[in-house]
Amino acid sequence: MRRTALAIALVLLAALPFWVGNAYYTNIAAQILIYAIFALGLNVVVGYAGLVSLGHAALFGVAAYAGAVLVNAGQGHLVVVLGSCGVTISVAAIFAVLALRGTGLGFVMITVALGQIVWGVAYRWISVTNGDNGVSITARPSPFGLSLATAPAFYWAVFVVFLAAVGSMAVFVGSPFGASLRGTRDQPRRMTALGYNVWLIRFLAFLLSGFWSGVAGLLYLYYNQFISPQAVALTASAEVLLMVISGGTATLLGPIAGAALVVIIKNVASAYIERWNFVLGAIFVAIVIFMPEGLVPGTVRLWRWTAAELRSRGAARTAEAAPRERTP
Amino acid sequence: MTALAIRDLDKSFGGLRVTAGVSLAVMPGERRLIIGPNGAGKTTLFNLIAGELRPDSGAIELFGADVTRIPSRRRAHLGLARTYQIITLFAGETLLRNVTLSLLGLSRLRWNPVASLARQDDLLSQARDALRRVGLDHLADRPVAQTSYGERRRVEIAMALAQQPKVLLLDEPFAGLSIDERRDILALLNGIPRDVTIVMIEHDMDAALEFAEKITVLHFGEVVVEGTRAEVVAHPRTREIYLGE
Amino acid sequence: MNLWLVLAINSITLAGLLFLLSAGFSLIFGLMRIPNLTHGSLLMLGAYFGVSLIGWGVGFWAAAVCAALGVALFGGFVERALLRRLAGAELAQVLVTLGLSFMIADVCLMLWGGDPVAVDTPAAARGSTLLFGTAFPTYRLVIIAIAVVIAAALWAMLDRTRLGAMIRAGVDDPAMARAVGIRVSHLFTIVFALGAGLAGFAGVIGGPILSVYPGLDQDMLPLALVVVILGGSGSLVGSLVGSFVVGFLYNFGQAVFPELAYVILFLPMLIVLVVRPRGLFGRAAP
Repeated sequence: MRRTALAIALVLLAALPFWVGNAYYTNIAAQILIYAIFALGLNVVVGYAGLVSLGHAALFGVAAYAGAVLVNAGQGHLVVVLGSCGVTISVAAIFAVLALRGTGLGFVMITVALGQIVWGVAYRWISVTNGDNGVSITARPSPFGLSLATAPAFYWAVFVVFLAAVGSMAVFVGSPFGASLRGTRDQPRRMTALGYNVWLIRFLAFLLSGFWSGVAGLLYLYYNQFISPQAVALTASAEVLLMVISGGTATLLGPIAGAALVVIIKNVASAYIERWNFVLGAIFVAIVIFMPEGLVPGTVRLWRWTAAELRSRGAARTAEAAPRERTP
Repeated sequence: MTALAIRDLDKSFGGLRVTAGVSLAVMPGERRLIIGPNGAGKTTLFNLIAGELRPDSGAIELFGADVTRIPSRRRAHLGLARTYQIITLFAGETLLRNVTLSLLGLSRLRWNPVASLARQDDLLSQARDALRRVGLDHLADRPVAQTSYGERRRVEIAMALAQQPKVLLLDEPFAGLSIDERRDILALLNGIPRDVTIVMIEHDMDAALEFAEKITVLHFGEVVVEGTRAEVVAHPRTREIYLGE
Repeated sequence: MNLWLVLAINSITLAGLLFLLSAGFSLIFGLMRIPNLTHGSLLMLGAYFGVSLIGWGVGFWAAAVCAALGVALFGGFVERALLRRLAGAELAQVLVTLGLSFMIADVCLMLWGGDPVAVDTPAAARGSTLLFGTAFPTYRLVIIAIAVVIAAALWAMLDRTRLGAMIRAGVDDPAMARAVGIRVSHLFTIVFALGAGLAGFAGVIGGPILSVYPGLDQDMLPLALVVVILGGSGSLVGSLVGSFVVGFLYNFGQAVFPELAYVILFLPMLIVLVVRPRGLFGRAAP
């Protein structure tokens, strides 16, 4: 049942540019996938390591800025990708070493501080980042000579990366390291007594998280062909965190659903509802009240409850309709 | 050579001296019981031995090797295992996964981010064996949340035994159990082979006394009485601490 | 020389406002372990309430008190209706407090519009006062005085009254406090309302200095967070010291190193956190 659902979903997503019809919505879908990758990356730290980060937009942004600088310096596609990844992972390592000095709110605040410092640098290091004006790149890359200038072409490129992200996450979650990571979230004390190096596990998880956040950042740069300090602001970090929490941290689908929720409300609903900020906030509050574990687990729960209700009602009706057995 | 040796261990929190010059020598295969009234510093002693706490002074040796400066996680690799007074299982997981995590801690596999844990048949069968030893293999796929308190206590022991420890620290393994459950755990503990040295903290006298060969009595962080079961039970100081005051 | 004095007075003024804002946040986090990310919005809400009240002819100080009460009531309601059931659920708390801040910000935008509103300095406090031979803006001195008075009142409440003792017990050891019979849930509502009220009050009296505009909440919240982290949560002295440090760093940073203003603000916090994760005076482990 799950396999068929997954297969159908994949086919629908792959064929999206066809059944959606116009470039605007295809672009929205591409944005959803980009933010889904970002949210999945953040979830490695928030959901699996149990550490709340409010500074991940810095990693996203650093990748985009590094990419922009390298592209404008005339570097080839491969160099841009490798350079951007390298810079992002290095920054993620620095973040991790500092943030892991704290626990709980201390960890959160260190990530806030680091994120704000990166934002400050993006804002003021005008010679490199152009400050508030941001950095533009003139064209999207053409991997293997294929142009990504049109909406469907770019969507498919993002879709491929998205598949790689989800696939690798699924493998990671089922791996021994993934189990170790979740163990450190639930009982860090016991894990140490069992022989695990809790700090190192968390550090490596942060690097993995930084890598995927950086991938999303680079895709974002290619999508907009522009990067500005706004993408590194505290609100951006808060937004991706909200995507993860609202969708639910326990599943892979959660962050994807959360990303879809926020992107759709921000981009699509905002065209129809003037008070979309209020609506988004209200949805978050409603999720906390009715589905505190997140949209995906909450929906699954609702589905199961409905199915069980229908089944028991059906059984009751069948029992009523069956002829009475007469025992001699 | 001793299995576990402690020399003049000292630990203070603020002005309170919780561990006061404790010295202990446990021989390989021994069954040692540490008792003492509440606040005597028993669990703190375990935390020091396990490496969760750093002593202010003194030394800890595991089979002759000084481990005082060695971090807690390394001591696990040197053959030290412990259970906890308050149950600290992985609440969202099955019993099998709990014990698997215990086994994984000592295996290189724990760093592998691409293999599938569910397909590690060798590891999983070892985990089932560990559960079988405590009589819980029929519940292997049951989530911890759906097990009874007594069953969870047994999982704690299974996890520690799965590490194939040389020295096993049991922190109040009988706490909160019914009389039947205590008898079962006692039988389980008695079945552990002599290549495992066991040090137990207990509050409940009956079950623990049956188990112990040598007893150390702690009071306000100090060792006040030590000897065989008979000696300690008869000692006037013991009576004084537990019945007098 | 005069410039430094002016900067110093402005810093102390900002410190005063920050203290009012962060004392509440610190108590809420110290006692209830809730990172109240709605706090900036509560300040902004109070500021807008004040603007309307003043617009309807209510005196400045009466408006400040009424706005504070209004925000306090709102805060109490939010605590009972929403936050109460979320004890220990950190992520849900983050989601709900951020969600609320979105809602409040949008409602303010809808009711009061997108243009910044300038608030007039209350008539009695206009002009300047002569102190040590220099003229200082009277209103800034008034704010400093108010902050000091409220700090003293809060200290007296915490140190001398039963309520204060219960709050301190709750901050130090919530389980024990409950065991001893302290009605922790009532306490939570009172403390949350108190914190909210202080924030709202700060919003109104800060009006003449900061003015009132959409985005005020997002500007003030990070500053309050830095104060609480630097000073340590659950500690009044920590909030005071933290407010001073942040007030000075912010103003002097803006004046002397405008390019590095944010770095100057966050770097010390980072250093403190890395060296001493519970803050300078923190009681509870963060």
